[in-house]
Amino acid sequence: MRTIYILWLRQIKRYYRSKSRIIGSLGQPLLFLLAFGFGFGPIFQKAGQGNYLQFLTPGIIAMSIIFSAIFSGIEIIFDRQFGFLKETLAAPVSRVSIMIGRTLGGATVSTMQGLIVIGISMLVGFRFNSLLSLLLALLFMLLIALLFTALGTAIGSLMQDFHGFQLIVNFLIMPLYFLSGAIFPLQGLPKTLTTLATINPLSYGVDGLRGALLGTAHFGLLIDFSVLSGLSLIVIMIGAYLFSKVQI
Amino acid sequence: MNIIEAQNLTKRFGELVAVDSVSFGVEKGELFAFLGPNGAGKSTTIKMLTTLLTPTSGKITLNGYDPIENPDEVRHSFGIVFQDPSLDDELTAYENMDFHGVLYGIPRKERQVRIEQLLKFVELWDRKKDFVKHFSGGMKRRLEIARGLLHHPQILFLDEPTLGLDPQTRNHIWSYIKDLSEKEQMTIFFTTHYMQEAERVADRVAVIDHGVIVAQGTPDQLKQQTGAQSLEDAFLDLTGHAIREETADNWERVRRMRGVRR
Repeated sequence: MRTIYILWLRQIKRYYRSKSRIIGSLGQPLLFLLAFGFGFGPIFQKAGQGNYLQFLTPGIIAMSIIFSAIFSGIEIIFDRQFGFLKETLAAPVSRVSIMIGRTLGGATVSTMQGLIVIGISMLVGFRFNSLLSLLLALLFMLLIALLFTALGTAIGSLMQDFHGFQLIVNFLIMPLYFLSGAIFPLQGLPKTLTTLATINPLSYGVDGLRGALLGTAHFGLLIDFSVLSGLSLIVIMIGAYLFSKVQI
Repeated sequence: MNIIEAQNLTKRFGELVAVDSVSFGVEKGELFAFLGPNGAGKSTTIKMLTTLLTPTSGKITLNGYDPIENPDEVRHSFGIVFQDPSLDDELTAYENMDFHGVLYGIPRKERQVRIEQLLKFVELWDRKKDFVKHFSGGMKRRLEIARGLLHHPQILFLDEPTLGLDPQTRNHIWSYIKDLSEKEQMTIFFTTHYMQEAERVADRVAVIDHGVIVAQGTPDQLKQQTGAQSLEDAFLDLTGHAIREETADNWERVRRMRGVRR
């Protein structure tokens, strides 16, 4: 427990100390929110789908969370290159608890990032249903954060350096994001796109968030919750296994 | 029984044989110097002894346990000061110490006492709240040593602990380590390039070159064997005068390439 706690604490400290990282990682969601939210708003309204900013915000929250989460996981590579990883790997604690501590820390940080995005989107007009829906949304944010931090950790355990990072952004994060129903409704799509969205775990995250905040879920909150929590568990186990095999 | 035992220990990286069928034993409470030129296989051997790297073949017993089969038990037996940096730059000196103390299960009260004692010992107590990223190379090195001494393991690995430190600090640190070893029957396994240091401190010495152990014994035995006046001369006799290319890791390679371009 103390191992998990101290590794969690380390992630939190590193997060709130790097103000530039916090601000920098808010730039992209903010741009998406303003450009897409207000750019597509009128068309969305004309198509009879209601307020696009309302629809889009849960997607933007999810986006900021997965970027931050995968990056937190992949940070293992920094620790490897700056040597700190050795310090944890040679310590008399189980590697599973190291991995879990890191993952919980990364997930907490990513969730905070998501909360900041909610705050910003409220400044430009986003409104959620009730305080209860915010609490429910918090649960989904944590689940998304957990799943993708663990995924990042798994990937980071396999990589020696940052050369492959661009590959991960362009072939993993971007497709996951754009094919998740974050920026468009999942109803009435071409068959291929529907299939891709259905097998994309982030779809359930975005859907859960939307269901929680606005009460309009495509798959249903229970399905979203089950898929996310089941998958998180599996990916954490895979990540823990890969991390336990890391050699210096 | 020896507290560290290596039998025919071998590590290959593709074509390169970094450590080639090495055997040695270290007794409990001994100060054992593991010497060799750059790239001889010292750090690779230490990594295998400390569960960070899996040997290609051969057998290790550390405090009675096999690092492959019982990594957790092995990790409970030793402490280590690494050759290259392993501090978290984004944490303060105190936080780095505290993190280590928690990982090694030192109770809070004892942790606070020892951290203060050791930070004062390496003269970093008044910098305890500073971020490590603002420290000079020597200060970081001192902090790493203080951190390595925080918990009192049965075996302490020191991979070039005094690299880049001035003679005063080196003396200071070695007398502390010798004292600790005597008081707690702690086994010290260390590498160094300062031969006078090894001659003065070590009970026994092993010299490794090109992944093979070329000599083992007390510093006096090694001098007799080579007919040399000092351990340094004995070392040069055993390993030759040619300068070695270190097998660089990625970062070092990058650094070197940059150096060339300049």
